[in-house]
This record gives sequence, C-alpha cells and structure tokens, in this order.
Amino acid sequence: MAAPDQTWAASAGRATSGRSLALSAQYAVFPAALLVAWQACAQIGFVRRSVLPAPTDVALVWFDLITGATDAAARYSGTWLDHAAASTWRVFAGFAWGIALGILTGLLIGLSRVMERVLDPTVQVLRNIPVTAWVPLSLVFFGIGNAPAVFLIGLGAFFPAAVNTTHGVRQINVTLTKAARMMGADERELLVRVILPGALPSIMTGVRLSMGIAWVLVVVAEILAVRSGLGYLLNDAYLFYRNDVVIAAMLSIGILGFISDRIVVVVRDRLLEWNRLETFSGQN
Amino acid sequence: MTALADINLEIADQQFITIVGASGCGKSTLLNLLAGFDAATSGEMTVDGAPVAGPGPDRGVVFQQTALFPWLSVEENIAFGLRLRANRHKGSLEIVVERLLKRTGLMAFRSRRPAELSGGMRQRAAIASVLAINPSTLLMDEPFGALDALTRSIMQDFLLEVWEEERKTALLVTHDIDEAIYLADRTVVMTARPGRVREIIDVDLPRPRRYEMRSEKSFIALRDHVTGIVREEAIKGAMEIAA
Repeated sequence: MAAPDQTWAASAGRATSGRSLALSAQYAVFPAALLVAWQACAQIGFVRRSVLPAPTDVALVWFDLITGATDAAARYSGTWLDHAAASTWRVFAGFAWGIALGILTGLLIGLSRVMERVLDPTVQVLRNIPVTAWVPLSLVFFGIGNAPAVFLIGLGAFFPAAVNTTHGVRQINVTLTKAARMMGADERELLVRVILPGALPSIMTGVRLSMGIAWVLVVVAEILAVRSGLGYLLNDAYLFYRNDVVIAAMLSIGILGFISDRIVVVVRDRLLEWNRLETFSGQN
Repeated sequence: MTALADINLEIADQQFITIVGASGCGKSTLLNLLAGFDAATSGEMTVDGAPVAGPGPDRGVVFQQTALFPWLSVEENIAFGLRLRANRHKGSLEIVVERLLKRTGLMAFRSRRPAELSGGMRQRAAIASVLAINPSTLLMDEPFGALDALTRSIMQDFLLEVWEEERKTALLVTHDIDEAIYLADRTVVMTARPGRVREIIDVDLPRPRRYEMRSEKSFIALRDHVTGIVREEAIKGAMEIAA
C-alpha cells in the first residue's frame, strides 16, 4: 500500500529540485554571459589590460581591497571596509532625513489644498534643479566632510518621497474616506487608519526611488566633497590609473545599492502583503 | 444646476423606504445629503429631531462601491468602526464582531482580505461593518448594483432578514424597480432632473417578504405602475438633455 505513495513522493521531490535548478539558471544565465564576454574581450587584447582589466584581475584586486592579504591593490590594500562603511553611513543618514521630511511634506500637500498652494510650486521648481547643481553651494555652506554629502543625499531622497506620498494620498478611494467619516473617525484617526495605509504603496515606491538616488549621490558627493568612501576610492584610483580598482569600487557600489534596495523591498512587501492581492504581479 | 427641488419627505422610525428613479434623477444626491457628505443649498434635514451636520455614526451608509479597507481582514473591517473613539462606548468589540461574522455567514472568511471574497460576500462584510456601530438609520446607495441578478436577490433576502431583526430605519436608493418594491414599506418615485418626489407608493405586501411574492398579482400591479412612471420620467429626462 505504501509503495505508490513513496514513488509519488520521490518523483515529486525530484520535480521540485529540477524546478529550483531551472529557476537558479534563470537568475544566473545573463550575468554569467556578461562575465564571459567581458573576460573574452579583455583576453583577446583589443584594448590594453590596464585600460580594460579582465574580471579575474578585478576579482584579485577586490580580494586584496577587502582583506589586505596580497597587496594587489597596492596603496588601497585593505581599505575597502572603511570606504564601504563611510558610504553606507552617508547613504542611510541622508536617506533617513530625506524621506522623513519628504513623506511629511507629501502628506501636507496631499491632505490640504491650502498646503498644496503654499508648498507645491516651490517643491516642483526645486525638484527640477539637478541635485548636482547644489554641489557648489553645499560646499560653500558645509565645507568638506560628511555634512555636504548627507545634505546632498537627503535632498535627492526628499523629492521622490514627497511627490509619491502626495500622489498616494490623492489616489485613495474616496469611498473609504467617506466610510471612515461616516463611522465617526476624527482627523487623526482618518490619517492613521485610512490615509497612511492607503497611501503606503505609493509612499514605498517613492522610498525605493529615494534609496536608488541616495547611492547615485553618495558617489557624486564623495568625488567632490569628502576624502573617504567608495566614490572617493573610485575617483582616487582613476587619478592613479588603477582601472581594476575603479571597477571593483563600481561593483561594490552596485552590490551595496542592490542590498539596500532589497532591504526596502522586503520592508515594503512585509507592510503591503495585502496589496499583492489587488495588483498584477507578473506571470510565471 | 439644481439636482433636487421641493423634496419633502418624512420617514417614520423603523420604516423601510426605497427611492427609485431614472439614472441622474438625484436620488444618490438625496442620500448623500442625508448622510451628511454634501450640504443642501437650501432647506433643512433632521434625523431624530437633530439637524444633519456632516456624517456621523448615527447614520450608517452602505455604499455601491463596497467600502472595505483592502489592508484589513474581514473581521478587522467589521471592528473598524468600534475601534474609533466615537464608538468606544458601544459595547464589547469581540462580542459584536463574533455575532456579525456569524450573522453574515463570514465566520470561515474572518481572516481573509476583501480581495479574496466574492462580490456578495464583500457586500455582506460591508453591511456587517456598518451594523457594528449600531446606527439608528441605515442609508444604502445601490448596495447591490454591482452584483449579478442571482446574488442580488439573495442579498435582498439577507438584508430583509437583518432588518427584521434589527428594525432600523432604512433608506435604500436603487434603479431596480423590483428591488424597490420588494424591500419597501413605502417607495418614493422621483421625477427626472431636477429630482422631485413624483409619487410615494405604499407597498402593502405582507412581511416577512418571500421571493415568490414577486409573481403575485399585487406585486406585479405595483411594479407595472412604478415602471410606467419611471419610464415616462426617463424619457422626459432624455428629451430635455437632447433639447
């Protein structure tokens, strides 16, 4: 009696492991192809190895950057953690104040027509000034150091958070706010129980964009305004003609940015589990 | 543009009133005025002697577009009103929620989200969430308008059962003439824009109502009468727009 069940279970097990293998392949195929193409280009020698180092060269330098074990990265040997920590700290500090103020501003504009008239034109004009255009003034005001970096990153994070929060508030179904009022909700209850959860999908979209911009701006800030961080490392290595270190720094920024984005996505999915039932989530 | 004119309507306690009329006759406007979502340009409205000043939990509204919070489960939706400070005194949350889950047959779906429910279940949950705050008056704006015919007739019987138990003053707006007669003690037939009360019809069918009554002579006579007026008004309204 037990035999058929066992066969079934065994074949089902095989099927799932085969399936998860196929899924891993879907993730791996494109990056692997890129690496192979890059390695081939570098090895064929169209361009000098010092101009376009191969992935294997970058890997060796990167290893030394992190561990300081081989001296392959020379003057940068073993400095990775300090730079990465400096950049990450700036990103999260700027991101934190930027989205906090952005969400608050977006709520004010979204909730009140008066606040919309008072604040929104200014926000819309300032939003169109590239944050990089703020670099000279922020250096004049804050000098060299963390302050201008955190200022620029926060400024960049502010706008997506503000604009998307306003949008989120304004697209809440009016039947829900009517229903809450009908049941006797006061202003605070309306905000906490209806507006904030209703606007949250859009707020989280803004927060995710803010995080992306934060990693862009940390590099800009570190090239121009600070003497530490992965952006500084990248620029300094460029001046010393170490393209292998430049690429290792670039990939480090990409990976840290990716991890930061994943953190935002995980938080978002935790908060918005309900929203997946209501929206299209792609086909398998 | 005037949506409503010369509306003079008195609704007795615990009566079930339906308002029927062609689309655009202002019947939803009338309900929004009573609910307190809109303010009338002239005239006055009182509920239990007090003038209507904004929405409040004494008048529970069931909306056409189901008003359930998509981020809350069915039971959290039902509990929503009772968690507000305005309704804290209205008895034990757990007891009320359990009773309404049982009453609406949603016990097995208590932790589901609205998106996981059928249209009929969603509207039952919405009705439960309004009953939870125990309003003296129920205002319903085409509550079954989005449902298929079968679910709609089942929901009408459900609504009548609940109403027989709770005996609240009920006002339901609909464009479905069968529904208007089947549910009502009195049916208010509206004219085309601007909406006026064209006729108030006493529906003297016995209660409790049963589905089979719809094929009885007295029901059919009432329906034909109301249909005649509503059609006439709808045509008049269409002509006016064309002119």
